[in-house]
Amino acid sequence: MATVNNDIKTYKGFRAITLLCLLVLYAPLVIVTIYSFNASASITNWEGLSFRWYADVFTGPESDKFKVAAFNSFTIAIMAATASTTIATLAATAMVRGGKFKLRTVSFGLISLPLMVPEIVTAVATLIFFNSIGFTRGYLTILVAHIAFCIPFAYLPISARMQGIEDSFEQAAMDLYATKRQAFTKVLMPLMAPGIISGFLLAFIVSLDDFIITNFVKGAGVETLPTAIFGSVKQGIKPNIMAISTMLLSFSIVMVTISYFVSKSDNTK
Amino acid sequence: MAAGAASGGSATTDTYKEARNWLLLPSWAVLGIFVLAPVCMMLVYSFLTKEFRGGVIWEPSLAAYDQFFFDRGLFGDEPAKIEWTYITIFWRSIWQAGAATLLSLVIGFPTAYFIATRPERVRPFWVFLITIPYWVNLLIRTVSMKFLLRDQGPLNDFLIGTGLIDSPIHIVNTNFAVQLGLFYSYLPFMVLPIYAAVERYNFSLSEAAADLYAPKWVTLRRIVLPAIKPGVIAGCILVFVPSMGSFLAPDLLGGAKNFMIGSLIEEQFKGNAGNWPFGAAASMILLTMVLIILLIFARQQSKAENAGS
Repeated sequence: MATVNNDIKTYKGFRAITLLCLLVLYAPLVIVTIYSFNASASITNWEGLSFRWYADVFTGPESDKFKVAAFNSFTIAIMAATASTTIATLAATAMVRGGKFKLRTVSFGLISLPLMVPEIVTAVATLIFFNSIGFTRGYLTILVAHIAFCIPFAYLPISARMQGIEDSFEQAAMDLYATKRQAFTKVLMPLMAPGIISGFLLAFIVSLDDFIITNFVKGAGVETLPTAIFGSVKQGIKPNIMAISTMLLSFSIVMVTISYFVSKSDNTK
Repeated sequence: MAAGAASGGSATTDTYKEARNWLLLPSWAVLGIFVLAPVCMMLVYSFLTKEFRGGVIWEPSLAAYDQFFFDRGLFGDEPAKIEWTYITIFWRSIWQAGAATLLSLVIGFPTAYFIATRPERVRPFWVFLITIPYWVNLLIRTVSMKFLLRDQGPLNDFLIGTGLIDSPIHIVNTNFAVQLGLFYSYLPFMVLPIYAAVERYNFSLSEAAADLYAPKWVTLRRIVLPAIKPGVIAGCILVFVPSMGSFLAPDLLGGAKNFMIGSLIEEQFKGNAGNWPFGAAASMILLTMVLIILLIFARQQSKAENAGS
């Protein structure tokens, strides 16, 4: 394709709108981050820099609640991401390396189901399901629900990666008498590493961030960070909530940045 | 991400053909049991009788749907009139989701177009910048938005400080705040498909139009837009659908007057005051609406693909 004059391609004002868009996206996050360092007990007045509210998160009156919630959130996220990434990797292998088959479209529909059904509907359905089989709501129900809805988030980067890897590597291994299992574990999986890591991290963040489904299936007394934060915010935004929010949002941004650079790295060459 | 999923099928090989069913079994089992079966169970619950302390009594009943659509008076013995309460809530949700979609389109389209016309090397970075906030906890983003917009918040302080306004503008607890929150929640879903479409667009067409003395805005409207239409429609649906059933933005930014479907459903399952069959029925109605939209969309996409090939 011949290069087209930039003058024809670009439109005046589009750059300004893009910058406005970025401003709208980042301003609330930046402002909450700044105010989380506010020394004042009121969220309105600025009284200088301080780590007071960060200390409050760890030692203040609500710290026990946050610690338990953080423990629940992180253990659930690690287990849910591990399980959903494993399931998604196996599924992607079948979908990308399994030839054409009748149930392919159905399988893809099933895998993307959690993305198509509105989250609140999934939440209601899962609650009703656990209720109808008489399963007590708690830590375990949150974990199971998270494993299910994290699958598509892990699946997408993994299958995209696998489509980008030619099967000649595995064919070559098998020509040299590697079994299929060996070709899978020793050749395909190492090449897949960036896709799998990136899928794992996305699933991890999605699990860590989920509020709506968790809120429905958590049962009384079990809290994750988002449900604990929501409970506090209902009584008004407090400075310690801003500190904990800043920690969580920094964590998410770091994870996504790692995921971005890992998925960009190319180890097939 | 969506592009990777959509292009599936082209690069398939059959190396692991024999193991295929075993490889798929875990995902079928988990999603079948914990997503598909629950949705079916929800359909069943919507036709049961409510238990007064939450939950259901296993007796078939149309009461939930009846309550949704008809008003039979306080004691249920008056002739049925159409019940507008819930239809109004659904209508408001559609309207709010539509406004949020329009807002996302107005901001998202130029953004996507701008990014797609950057040098190829820097495009992924721009896309990354747009998607980062999406990965920040939705609850935290919504709370941050509320913090920024509230009457004594930094935005009003700033505007009063610069002398642009004398008294704070009330944004929180208005329809606009909800639209802004929804826009903030789902903007990347608008930008990414449009970006993908503009990236594939052949700019020699624009050049040809310019050679024939078409003004630039005419080129955008008559040449570029029709070519990237599938991307624009995909973006609109990806924003509209989750907006309609959203809970956090209307709950935190909208207040009681701007009730949407998500809050209506949530209320039915909270504590003892709820009505599970009614909540299940409202969820079914929402799900049906979403599936119809997605079905129309899928049909149009396949039509467009057939026309293109």
